[in-house]
Amino acid sequence: MIGDLALDQAGTATRDRPAAVIVEDLHKSFGPIEVLKGVSLRAAQGEVVSILGSSGSGKSTLLRCLNLLETPGRGAITIGDETLRFAPDRKGRLQRPDRKQVERLRRSAAMVFQSFNLWSHMTILENVIEAPVHVLKRPRLECVAEAEALLAKVGLAERRHYYPAHLSGGQQQRAAIARALAMHPKVLLFDEPTSALDPELVGEVLRVMRSLADEGRTMLVVTHEMAFARDVSSRVLFVHDGRVEEEGAPAAIFANPKSERLRQFLSRTRTAG
Amino acid sequence: MDIAFLADVFRRLLSGLPLTLKLAGTSVALGLLIALALATTLQGGRPLFVWLIRGFVAAFRGTPLLAQIFLIYYGLGQFRPFLQDIGLWSFFREPFWCAILALTLNTSAYGTEIIRGGLQSVPLGQIEAARACGMSPWLVYRRITLPIALRQALPSYGNEIILMIKGTSLTSIVTLTEVTGIAEQIISQTYRAIEVFACASAIYLALNFIVTRLIGWLERRLSPHLRTAPNLMPSSSPRGASA
Repeated sequence: MIGDLALDQAGTATRDRPAAVIVEDLHKSFGPIEVLKGVSLRAAQGEVVSILGSSGSGKSTLLRCLNLLETPGRGAITIGDETLRFAPDRKGRLQRPDRKQVERLRRSAAMVFQSFNLWSHMTILENVIEAPVHVLKRPRLECVAEAEALLAKVGLAERRHYYPAHLSGGQQQRAAIARALAMHPKVLLFDEPTSALDPELVGEVLRVMRSLADEGRTMLVVTHEMAFARDVSSRVLFVHDGRVEEEGAPAAIFANPKSERLRQFLSRTRTAG
Repeated sequence: MDIAFLADVFRRLLSGLPLTLKLAGTSVALGLLIALALATTLQGGRPLFVWLIRGFVAAFRGTPLLAQIFLIYYGLGQFRPFLQDIGLWSFFREPFWCAILALTLNTSAYGTEIIRGGLQSVPLGQIEAARACGMSPWLVYRRITLPIALRQALPSYGNEIILMIKGTSLTSIVTLTEVTGIAEQIISQTYRAIEVFACASAIYLALNFIVTRLIGWLERRLSPHLRTAPNLMPSSSPRGASA
């Protein structure tokens, strides 16, 4: 059902909606190794884009570049109405982008990490209100009320005073999702959110992510969960060797892969779905 | 056992306790501030600063505290005309301030290393998570890195505080009449070294017992996340999430 719905969105509605994320010709090198060789993508508001690819393909680097945890060497990133352009200086060195602009952009692109990265010295409620209170400078009480609602939504209401170390991986990741939502981001970035979880804990995190997709949130998800990519996303990107090798609606990508690389990739992961 | 004598010794030794506490308290507090500044600067990684701080730490960790106190008080006394010229003589003339300076520099050298270790132990992922939500470098440092580092460093820092309390006993060499200084005076009058030093040691032992307890209390208070969970219920499943 949901899969069909997403398909419809991909086919018609989302194309006309304004873009939440635009990436143009993004390049990133680590030393001599070029990891991203010119990636472009566009995610409309409310679109869920799954990014697939084998390890080393550059998909995680792409996501980290969107939040400027990595500084791209060349290209442009637009999130909402904030655009950052990157170009090497005359000596070919990386140019540091303006810090204030980076911090503004990061506020609208919330990141959910593979290893959760909750702040260990704070309860999960404190984790959720930390950035709204100190970065967005919103009133604390308001943030607490909202954080409690968010934690209830991810099923952690009665655990709000627990420390991350006292929670299971799945619970930690759900708390991390609540933390990301508390920023009211324009786009949610998920970097392999279920890869560090025990198999029996994957489902609870995916369920939360599905509910977010159903709410119409813009999400970019680097994932190995083929079922999620097929059923939930409105579009699928297959990244190979630093480039977008193939992209399209999930049905087309999974049923009729055009490139040989994608066919190989899917045949290796077929069992996972 | 001469109870009356011991009681008298205790009474006299305790009159030196305020000075011992003043020396230890001031140098630990100032030393912590310097250590924080130096460890933070080390993290910045500017070669000149790193080189200077490493030199400072090596010098003050590698030489005896006794020699440092001695050198600062008697050694700098040799340069009296110069110190008078630059207006620092009134500071270096006082054994109390010389002792404070030596103790502070010594503990700040050790403290720098302790806090540096704490800062390095902060998981990179937690720092990235902070940067990822738009925190400025200073905010990341103040809200995430430093609180985690200090919690990590606290047990070692408690050790350093105890060492400093005992270290104050060396200031008797520059004529300060703190607990050990008084003990030496009593011994030179009575020649009853064992009883007097036993009493003095008992005072240090009691003092350090209290400090250990305080640090333990602070540790438990600041690090509830390192204790066991309040209660271990079966994991809850997400509510309001449709499949």
